[in-house]
Amino acid sequence: MALLTISEPGQSPDPHQRRIAVGIDLGTTNSLVAVVRHGVEAQCLADADGRVMLPSAVQYLGEGRRAIGAGALAAQADDPLNTLTSFKRFMGRAARDVSGRDQLPYQFVDRQGMLAIQTREGAKTPVEASAEVLATLRQRAEDRLDDDVFGAVITVPAYFDDAQRQATKDAAEMAGLHVLRLINEPTAAAVAYGLEHGHEGLYAIYDLGGGTFDVSLLRLTQGVFEVVATGGDAALGGDDFDAVVAQWASTTAGLDVTTPHDQRALLVAARRAKEALTDADTTTLSATLDAGPLSLALTRVQFEQLAKGLVDRTLSSVRRVLRDAKLRADEVQGVVLVGGATRMPMVRAAVTQAFGREPLVDLNPDEVVALGAAIQANQLAGQSAGDALLLLDVIPLSLGLETMGGLVERVIDRNTTIPVAKAQEFTTFKDGQTAMALHVVQGERDLVADCRSLARFELRGIPPMVAGAARIRVTFQVDADGLLSVSARELTSDVEASMVVKPSYGLADEDIARMLQEGFVSAEADATARTLGEARVEAERMTLATRSALDADGDLLDGADLEAIQLALQRLQVTAQGRVSRDIDDAVKALADCTEGFAAMRMNRGIKQALAGKRLDEV
Amino acid sequence: MLGADAIRLTDDDFALFGLSRRFQLDRSALDQAWRARQAQVHPDRFVGQDAAAQRLAMQWSVRVNEAYRRLKDPVARAAYLCDLLGAPIDAERNTAMPRNFLMQQMQWREALDDAQDAASVVALSNEVQGARDGYMADLSRRLDGQPDAAAAAQVVRALMFVQRFEQDLDDRLDALSHGANG
Repeated sequence: MALLTISEPGQSPDPHQRRIAVGIDLGTTNSLVAVVRHGVEAQCLADADGRVMLPSAVQYLGEGRRAIGAGALAAQADDPLNTLTSFKRFMGRAARDVSGRDQLPYQFVDRQGMLAIQTREGAKTPVEASAEVLATLRQRAEDRLDDDVFGAVITVPAYFDDAQRQATKDAAEMAGLHVLRLINEPTAAAVAYGLEHGHEGLYAIYDLGGGTFDVSLLRLTQGVFEVVATGGDAALGGDDFDAVVAQWASTTAGLDVTTPHDQRALLVAARRAKEALTDADTTTLSATLDAGPLSLALTRVQFEQLAKGLVDRTLSSVRRVLRDAKLRADEVQGVVLVGGATRMPMVRAAVTQAFGREPLVDLNPDEVVALGAAIQANQLAGQSAGDALLLLDVIPLSLGLETMGGLVERVIDRNTTIPVAKAQEFTTFKDGQTAMALHVVQGERDLVADCRSLARFELRGIPPMVAGAARIRVTFQVDADGLLSVSARELTSDVEASMVVKPSYGLADEDIARMLQEGFVSAEADATARTLGEARVEAERMTLATRSALDADGDLLDGADLEAIQLALQRLQVTAQGRVSRDIDDAVKALADCTEGFAAMRMNRGIKQALAGKRLDEV
Repeated sequence: MLGADAIRLTDDDFALFGLSRRFQLDRSALDQAWRARQAQVHPDRFVGQDAAAQRLAMQWSVRVNEAYRRLKDPVARAAYLCDLLGAPIDAERNTAMPRNFLMQQMQWREALDDAQDAASVVALSNEVQGARDGYMADLSRRLDGQPDAAAAAQVVRALMFVQRFEQDLDDRLDALSHGANG
């Protein structure tokens, strides 16, 4: 057994494991790199000017030159078309998936798979822009540490789906980084805090970043971090607070903000005002727009009224996650705040009230994710002494397959610990069916139309059999990075098909939020739709079975019986077009009733044939 | 690397965690065993190594998670025990339930249909919870006392109905509380 001969972590003879591994927080607004060095706690690495945070901004200057970070950020209002910011929100997305793209000063190009943004240096994908940021951080680490970087742990929002995780991994490879593991941001934050505090117990991580909101519950026991449940709102972040302020400002001032410059300048001014109100009770929002100069007084009270709906949305996610985990707020021993947006006093107050305790704030909320990633990178590179830490994460959204009637058969439930493999058996629906189409979906709803399509593939070469005789086992496997692969095998013939699910694009952020919300609101509507779907499937199954029985043994029936059955068949077909499941059920039952005698006759014929030494399939 | 307490992929769920094959189970012992096993086999422990080692670790880690998922859920655990004891649940084919059980199911379903507010759903939920507790005690007797796997399997089938109904209760509560929250 190979496992028996594998060396203990930390004692590997592999010289590559001695190299330096870093943790990278690839954020919507800012990105950071951190490292654990011999006997020193994790720390973030600063650039030559002493700045730890690298704004996630890339300006394409022309002739292959580009500015990355603060330089690019400063240019965003003057050169909005060529300066990309917040591109993490576009990772693994098509242009049509980006909400509010009319308010963004970009020229989106829909390419196969993922969107790109037209710049003076051609179309750039969010993966390319992310790779620029990652390469800058890698260079920074190699300069500061005077050594090669062997590998990196990169953090992603817990809510990132397959396509988004894959895009992040692609960006890292483009930047020449070997990805040791993708880990979830809240998990990384918990690692940083758990080690800092040395406590065991249940932690809640409230992570309000620039573009996403995650809330996760984690349990730390004996060096094992177990994610109990995770949830959130992938279309909610600090940017949205800026947007409500910008919206208020243009309405209040009666200005028509339409040019890319004005859009960007107003958002920048709104952010500045928001940040000022963290410490001050009142501030002035001012911007020089092409539409005219703007100067408005804004109080913290006003701001909090504007943003209340956004904070309430985060609290409703908190309640949902507690319910998923079957835990009460008072069972949580520590609440960790992550993300610059949690500096807002209204957010702190809301969190304190929701959990009945003051959140932990002794680590810098901007740095905590990168610090945790560095600790995990150090572990994975086999450099840590003593008991190794282990992260057991979960998948954020359920995975399933489309079945007859447009229904979703869930294969792996959300909040299942990864890695996980689960198999489910399906069968053929029609006599002689030789292929089966598999449609992989992600989401919490019962109907395929309401979930996100991840991939489609086909199992071919099934030997012809009667309906229901084939046994097709479909296996879903999610690895430790949260990436999915699916395979299908017909068990009686051993025909196989498989694929790594690399969807051309995944769930849009707003889709995830919407699907989760709707999943809960419309449980009842779904139940009705499911009943209807099931009734229709049954109707079709019954129709097919009756038809093939008529083909085989129709000669047993006299004219009147045959007519009665054909009438019932017709009635069922018409009813199944309708939307009333009870009517369909009744029609199915009517058909079953009037074929009862026929079934008995067929049975008798079968028995006679068997007694006569003939096999049924020879008839 | 697994040392003296070497485990095999083909071990049953209980053996995998070094637990005795019983329905009554110390949840904290299970949790602890799960974490200890994952600490041994998780792919994170083999990141720097070749693809074969990684694949094997993945297979092990998946197996350990599967066993943990099954054992921590009492109904799944009971079904698994029945299977080990030679009385598979076979829920697809064994749908015949005692008449009084079916009557109660129908009463519950009607009560849920009639429930207008969260309070009445909660009241119904408490009643179902009581019935579930009774079945659980039954399972302890039939699996850990004088084992009667066939009778236990019948109880498991009943519990599977109860579980499905509890899911419907939860869905209704979610829908009601969501409406109330706006």
